[in-house]
Amino acid sequence: MTKLVMTEEETMLADMARGFLDGAAPVSKFREMRDVGQTFDRALWQEMADMGWAGVLVPEDAGGSDMGYAAANVIAQEMGKTLAVSPFISSAVIAATALRQVSDARAVEALGRIASGEATYALAVDEGIKFDPEATALQAKADGNGFRLNGKKQFVVDGALADRLLVLARTENGLTLFDIPADRAGVQRDASNMIDARDAARITFDDVEATGEDVLGAVDNAMQVLKPALQAGQAALAAEMTGLSAGAFDMTVGYLKERKQFGVEIGRFQALQHRAAHLWCEIEVTASAILNAGRMLDSDPEGAELAVSLAKARAIDTAKLAVIEGVQMHGGIGMTDAYDMGFYMKRARVGAEWLGDYSYHAEKIAAARGF
Amino acid sequence: MTVNPTDEFRAELCDWLEANCPQEMRDGAMTEDGICWGGKNWVFTSDAQKLWLERCAAKGYTVPTWPVEYGGAGLSRDQEKVFHEEMGRINARTPLQSFGIWMLGPALLHFGSHEQKLHYLPPIARGEIRWCQGYSEPGAGSDLANVQTRGEDKGDHWLINGQKIWTSYADKADWIFALVRTDREAPKHKGISFLLCDMEQPGVETRPIKMISGISPFCETFFTDAVIPKEQIVGEENKGWDVAKYLLTHEREMISGGGQGLGGGRALGAVLSDTMEEMGATLRADALRCEIDSLAIGLTLERYKDQSEAGQGAGDASAMLKYMGTELNKQRHELMMSAGGSDALEWDGPLGNRAGDWLRTKANSIEGGTSEVMLSIVSRRVLGLPA
Repeated sequence: MTKLVMTEEETMLADMARGFLDGAAPVSKFREMRDVGQTFDRALWQEMADMGWAGVLVPEDAGGSDMGYAAANVIAQEMGKTLAVSPFISSAVIAATALRQVSDARAVEALGRIASGEATYALAVDEGIKFDPEATALQAKADGNGFRLNGKKQFVVDGALADRLLVLARTENGLTLFDIPADRAGVQRDASNMIDARDAARITFDDVEATGEDVLGAVDNAMQVLKPALQAGQAALAAEMTGLSAGAFDMTVGYLKERKQFGVEIGRFQALQHRAAHLWCEIEVTASAILNAGRMLDSDPEGAELAVSLAKARAIDTAKLAVIEGVQMHGGIGMTDAYDMGFYMKRARVGAEWLGDYSYHAEKIAAARGF
Repeated sequence: MTVNPTDEFRAELCDWLEANCPQEMRDGAMTEDGICWGGKNWVFTSDAQKLWLERCAAKGYTVPTWPVEYGGAGLSRDQEKVFHEEMGRINARTPLQSFGIWMLGPALLHFGSHEQKLHYLPPIARGEIRWCQGYSEPGAGSDLANVQTRGEDKGDHWLINGQKIWTSYADKADWIFALVRTDREAPKHKGISFLLCDMEQPGVETRPIKMISGISPFCETFFTDAVIPKEQIVGEENKGWDVAKYLLTHEREMISGGGQGLGGGRALGAVLSDTMEEMGATLRADALRCEIDSLAIGLTLERYKDQSEAGQGAGDASAMLKYMGTELNKQRHELMMSAGGSDALEWDGPLGNRAGDWLRTKANSIEGGTSEVMLSIVSRRVLGLPA
């Protein structure tokens, strides 16, 4: 029977990740990158790959550590606490999960390159302002033995610097997922200047050639490989956002204990105590939904939709509360660029939109729960 | 091939339920009429209710996780999950519920002597003795440790004088477990004892209090020279606060789970749709948010049970669960009222006691410690903020 308890291995993984990230990717490191406009640190990603993180969902015979979805969530959660920048969710979670749905030699090789850190991926799905894969309009028109892709994508997270792109396109009788190199002729990538200072791009596809080899899974049946990948990505993002909530919360409680007004620490005021305590309760409840989503993805991926949407919906709500309360309880200092809380607020807002917002996931839950 | 012990238990249980659960008890009734509280004065609402209680008690299924020697079935946590799943699957009524099961039992199992457990627990499990709780007083609400009910040491017994309030169902109970001040010189937390008192004696008098919901589940209980023999103390003299706090965590967990059973565990959307063909967009959105929070709180209850079984202490989690669970339950009943429209505004109208149930939930975030007290507990013990 599945248990909602962190296993010893998971606790060790979390401790190890924390230790590494505190040294290699503290918030100050993110600030340095933000200040110079850097959105990807290949050396840091290589270190993560060397620890097995890039291959967390890659089968061992393809060169991965194959630790499972709950473990991927543990890593994402720790990254969220200090806002570590990496293509972990795009490459190690989404792309790896999509590729492992396919068993051909090409996919195995691609998984190996993800695990080694050699190749990074971005998923190009959104075309409008909201996540809505079914509404994909980008055309992949059959042309001889291959296809020609025409259309636009936006909010392609990690898309400006990724080595490869997973592109969702409309084919004659449905949707098809393509796996192409990002530098293929006709692909024009424009980096977006994001509020969270991370990599995202608007990408134009102008008569981009794709062969049958580039199709991931079956033509007209993208969801067979994409749905598990999206679910894994949504769960990991929810985990990252819950880590982010915990990070913002820790900063806030720390501040309540040291900041003095009216001659005493402001943490003595019951008005603030109760707000902080309420926030802690919300984070605890969301943590249960995150753990459950990981367990479901590992034990019953086909039945995990409700668990994943529940995790993402709760994570969005909780992270929003954590950063709003974080700024409010810090007062004016929380509004300054010199202070880190604003970074948490901006990342929480981007995370709230990526891979489906609160309404999107609430509607999934409504469908599953008979609304 | 090895047989999974849980599967083996499930198979046995299914057979037993099939053979022993009367058809009339398979309606999942959670209404006041459907529940059996037991006790000396209990009048069974049907023969089936009596039979179902007796059969369950004989198997230890009224208190499935208690040790067998104290009237339970000694089930593990995995088996308990299976038990609830299978009971739910045939929509079986809970055979017995009581404060003895939820509150006193856990406290006795933790603090009681072997003799006390043997003496008090089996009658609780069989539904023979009904207990009530004597905690709050007119001057000791949120400040519970301020209890003034006095126990005067008379050698082999205490003489009790004072008044308790919010003694739920005291008018139907046989015994009361009470916090009594046995040392008036000591600091307020250190002079309290946890005593067990037979209510069938001169000097113990109970009066129901009519509540806004129209019913009187709460009472006032008065002690005038009531006698409690010395052996009827749980834990050590003047250390009753430890027992009281332990018991409160169980009470809080019980109250926090209150909303989960609403509508027989069905999704809120479905329950609301019972009375509305089409929910308005605003009500639907509110209900959906409530459903999401409810599912996550349900998982949190599971997580804490799993953690405590795995020996990872959940500590002061009960305060959090109580706060989140009761606030949510109040919201759910607000939505139920909204979905019921004017039909819900009549006492015993087309929707039965919906208004009474709604009003009753307003006590959830007060009884067993207010939401504000819960937040203060979290703030102090978990966040380490200064008192």
